[in-house]
Amino acid sequence: MTLSATDFAYVAGLVRRESAIVLTPGKEYLVEARLLPVARQAGAASVADFLSGLQRRPDTTMHRSIVDALTTNETSWFRDREPFTALTDVVLPELLPTRTNRTLRIWSAASSSGQEAYSLAMTMQQALPAGWQYQIMGTDISTEMIKRAGTGEYSQVEVNRGLPAQLLVHFFTRSGTGWRVNPALRQNVTFQQMNLAAPLPSMAPFDVIFLRNILIYFDVETKRTVLRNVGRLLRPDGYLFLGAAETTIGVDESFERVAMGRTSAYRPRVSVPAGAVGKG
Amino acid sequence: MRLILRRIVSQLGFEVIEAEDGKAALDLLGTVDEVPKLALIDWNMPNMNGLEFVIAARDDARLRDMTLVMVTTESEHGHIVRALAAGAHEYVIKPFTTDAMIEKLALLGLVPTGANL
Repeated sequence: MTLSATDFAYVAGLVRRESAIVLTPGKEYLVEARLLPVARQAGAASVADFLSGLQRRPDTTMHRSIVDALTTNETSWFRDREPFTALTDVVLPELLPTRTNRTLRIWSAASSSGQEAYSLAMTMQQALPAGWQYQIMGTDISTEMIKRAGTGEYSQVEVNRGLPAQLLVHFFTRSGTGWRVNPALRQNVTFQQMNLAAPLPSMAPFDVIFLRNILIYFDVETKRTVLRNVGRLLRPDGYLFLGAAETTIGVDESFERVAMGRTSAYRPRVSVPAGAVGKG
Repeated sequence: MRLILRRIVSQLGFEVIEAEDGKAALDLLGTVDEVPKLALIDWNMPNMNGLEFVIAARDDARLRDMTLVMVTTESEHGHIVRALAAGAHEYVIKPFTTDAMIEKLALLGLVPTGANL
């Protein structure tokens, strides 16, 4: 991405001094992604602007925010839980009777290191009736993350994060000092590098799309572009899941919100053309 | 380790009692008026190890409602399977982060989902 070597070295030095965590070169993507919300909150147009301002005028509060952003909030399995519960309790009972080819396609649209894609696969493996098949596609802007997710390898620390022990022993095997996703699960999951804000490659449409905790990183125009791009790949009766702090309301009125227990999902509105723009 | 665990669960609002090993834990549980909601159990302990404690606790009707979580460096696949088969509800591998411990307790319904310190 756009983070310069100087900016990266500045952030790495700061984080090392404050937290003893060492950010090695190659983590530029992580730094950029994690600092974007911090930069926006500080009123900066980009991470680069934010960092250059900060290097001219050091600010201990901002230093703290940077360190927090880079040292907490690792990806969990079954993150927030409710979307996965909604998937099994509401979405599957509704979609299964209509899918005569007995196949479901699900997209983890900002898959990062892969926990969401594999969590979806574990959910399908447990919830789908015998004779059904599923395909999970994970995409991320970072080729490094795509490569990492594709290995299906996770450290001890990572498998502790929200993954029930029953599922760990059922779907993973020990590998070196960590764990590896079993082939039975792995074979249903593919990973592909993709920039959601650019024109997307043509793909078969999806029944369910998880686009979670990624829109928060974008300005409203980019949010619109991403929702339009992603919406074109959602089947007319499919469901879109966003992060808890995200919504299509005021951004793209071609979706309508559907409450599901303690969470909600979005589906294409029937009467409005895809990509219609709201007033907000 | 006991200190770290004590700090985490105390800050989540739990009152904490501690025992040296499985045998001491059973003795202590025999004396308390109220059975704890949660037991955090190491595998490797003298006198009675964690697995033996889980088996003994599952065998005691009075302790039926106590949630059993192994917290241990024992990270082999077979260890986890044995603990779960013996009746442990969850298994946390050391090292773990505070968030990971809270998430496991949330999985068990002992703290609200999304709780943090």
